[in-house]
Amino acid sequence: MKRLFVLVVALLFAMPAFAVEPSEMLPNPALEARARDIGRALRCVVCQNQSIDDSAAEVARDMRRAVRERLAAGDRDEQVFAYMVARYGDYVLLKPPFKAGTWVLWLGGPLVLVVAGSALLFAARRRRKIPIVPPQPLSDEERRRLDALLKP
Amino acid sequence: MIPELGHFSLILALAVALVQGTLPLLGAARGDDRLMALGRTAALTQALLVIAAFGALTQAYVTSDFSVANVVANSHSAKPLIYKISGVWGNHEGSMLLWALILALFGAAVAIFGAGLPDTLRSRVLAIQALIGVGFLAFLLFTSNPFERVSPAPLDGNGLNPLLQDPGLAFHPPLLYLGYVGFSVTYAFAIAALLEGRVDAAWARWVRPWTLAAWCFLTLGIALGSWWAYYILGWGGFWFWDPVENASLMPWLAGTALLHSAIVVEKRDALKSWTVLLAILAFSLSLLGTFLVRSGVLTSVHAFAQDPARGMFILAFLLFVTGGGLALYAWRAPRLQGGGLFQPVSREGALILNNLLLCTLAATVLLGTLYPLFLDLLTGNKVSVGPPFFNATFVPICAPLFAALCVGPYLGWKRAELWPALMHLRIAFIAAVIAAIVAATAIDGRATLAALAFGFGVWLIAGSLLEFAGRLRVGRAPLAETLRRLRATPRSALGMTIAHAALGVVVLGAVATAAWNTELIKTMRPGDTASFAGFDVKLDRVENLQGPNYIAERATLTLSVGGRPYTVLMPERRLFTVQRRQVAETAIHTNFLRDIYATLGESEAQNGWVIRLYYNPLAPWIWLGAALCALGGFVSLSDRRLRIGAPQRGKGRTRTVAQPAE
Repeated sequence: MKRLFVLVVALLFAMPAFAVEPSEMLPNPALEARARDIGRALRCVVCQNQSIDDSAAEVARDMRRAVRERLAAGDRDEQVFAYMVARYGDYVLLKPPFKAGTWVLWLGGPLVLVVAGSALLFAARRRRKIPIVPPQPLSDEERRRLDALLKP
Repeated sequence: MIPELGHFSLILALAVALVQGTLPLLGAARGDDRLMALGRTAALTQALLVIAAFGALTQAYVTSDFSVANVVANSHSAKPLIYKISGVWGNHEGSMLLWALILALFGAAVAIFGAGLPDTLRSRVLAIQALIGVGFLAFLLFTSNPFERVSPAPLDGNGLNPLLQDPGLAFHPPLLYLGYVGFSVTYAFAIAALLEGRVDAAWARWVRPWTLAAWCFLTLGIALGSWWAYYILGWGGFWFWDPVENASLMPWLAGTALLHSAIVVEKRDALKSWTVLLAILAFSLSLLGTFLVRSGVLTSVHAFAQDPARGMFILAFLLFVTGGGLALYAWRAPRLQGGGLFQPVSREGALILNNLLLCTLAATVLLGTLYPLFLDLLTGNKVSVGPPFFNATFVPICAPLFAALCVGPYLGWKRAELWPALMHLRIAFIAAVIAAIVAATAIDGRATLAALAFGFGVWLIAGSLLEFAGRLRVGRAPLAETLRRLRATPRSALGMTIAHAALGVVVLGAVATAAWNTELIKTMRPGDTASFAGFDVKLDRVENLQGPNYIAERATLTLSVGGRPYTVLMPERRLFTVQRRQVAETAIHTNFLRDIYATLGESEAQNGWVIRLYYNPLAPWIWLGAALCALGGFVSLSDRRLRIGAPQRGKGRTRTVAQPAE
């Protein structure tokens, strides 16, 4: 009995550990699937790097509700995203939009590829023109060791 | 008494490391044999001292010595023994001590196995290794002393973070650190080579086993971390592109590139200066990973490892190691003349393409991880970079990498023809196309990209196996000849095939799990039934349990097919009484082709409990593939020319064996 009491008290204090709850889900499975996909691309604004779909926070729950309300009202996906951005800013998008502040982020990787790739091609073309350099000769010390090793 | 001995050992280790980091360097510059010989003795002494310190802390944990502050903060007398031991490195101070321990052990290993190295090179490597050690030991002693006492000693400790009380996470940090710290050896070799002004095949032959070993451990460490996240975080994901995960992925990518470019140095005497640069970068990225995790500069899922006050020390150290290394590189690298010439279409060319793409991947991850920090710092704007970003930028670059991966091994050194190589692979290509079409039509018509990625996975497996079969002349020569060839195949070639095919296994697992999983989220009362993925699910009961240091609710779910019972899943929800934290204990039924994954959620007043069920096709292949990948590395490591170290003497060397180029 005491043990049960401990458990009950403990569970009252415990935080909710899970994300999407059955009570929030939309009855229409197609609409709910869209809501899940959208939820996975939106950041829970108070969490550390979690989508609202994964988060158990109160805010995430409200955001999930907002997404479902918009979808139920007949919004297209882009309209839902626009609605959330209007409320929370670009910060809410886990895939940041391509704009002035983020073009380095988006183009950085491809830029590395292009610059390094063309440098390599350039070097390869130039290398053909360079005469072959023989490898460095052995030092006296190394020659002595080599002789010692090769001696039967 | 024992903690003080540990503390004192650590101070002595710092003193020894200072000696080891300076005098042998001087000896190598002056050609003084006595000073150079000091390096080996000092490395062994330093290792013994750090082992003693680590032993002292472990002793304090095992005996629950609550007069030590670190033990109070992270342990509890009711904790099972294994978590008392893993608690040693389950916290900031202890994990840094583990870093220093592994660093010192690697230094001792260089001293022991490095007998065949030229004296100056060995002395310089040991000195650089010791200088890194000085950084970490000073960090421990001055900012994070694990042996600090508290008085009066409390009756019991605060306990370990419940998320860490798990066998998977008990071994995750040591493996990860073996990887991170392993790259310190290649870094030391790179710096030593720059000081020597010389990089040759013998150098590469020394660097490769160390890189390979570090890479294998890092692979295992990352896989274990991902597996842990999969079964403990309770929503069935396996990779979250979390900054801390990225921190371990970056050195892995750079290390993979280094692994391949070192082959070119060894075999063809080319790409020297690039390989040295990669060695510096791989370790710098390892340190960056440590900095990101330890400084608390990122607040993420792994938030338990935060400590902003100490961030500055690691940042300064990181700048010293990276900046110093790069400056030395800029100064000395022009001396490293590349040898072997080659055509763009050749084994060398393929390995350069591998390096180009892997480095692009590493740069993408680096940018995605650090960009939000820099933007916040410079402009105050906040931006979120999450999984959808990485899926859009990282994954497309994998496509050419995977496509080229199977072709590379068919290309000869110096100059090769592309078309014959592609013709060898036609069966693999057909298999991949069929797999992609089947995936696109039979499984899920909408997930076109997933089907394509699935095809790539099949391509990697089929292409790698085909190359190996061709090497053995399977089907084209008598069985005896094939078996003879199998025995004669160098282990490095076998290892390559295993690792490359294993990558395909990982790809198949990741794609199938991410794209074709199904889930059921339902509130159920005992006695309720549901149907899920062809199974009838019944919630039999939910009962209360008492664990050693937690209380729990446990659900019993019976899965049956057509009325015949199939399996019973018992997910739990544990509440750790000391920390008041709830942790989901998922129940997973696997048959190595798919996982059925169940978690027990909230109880909703009168309605029952929220039950989550996931059907994750091929999910076990992700970790199976990663383990195979590391196995490939270990097989390659056991190759006879790496096993004993480069310049070996003795019986086995009288006969020269022509080594195929791998």
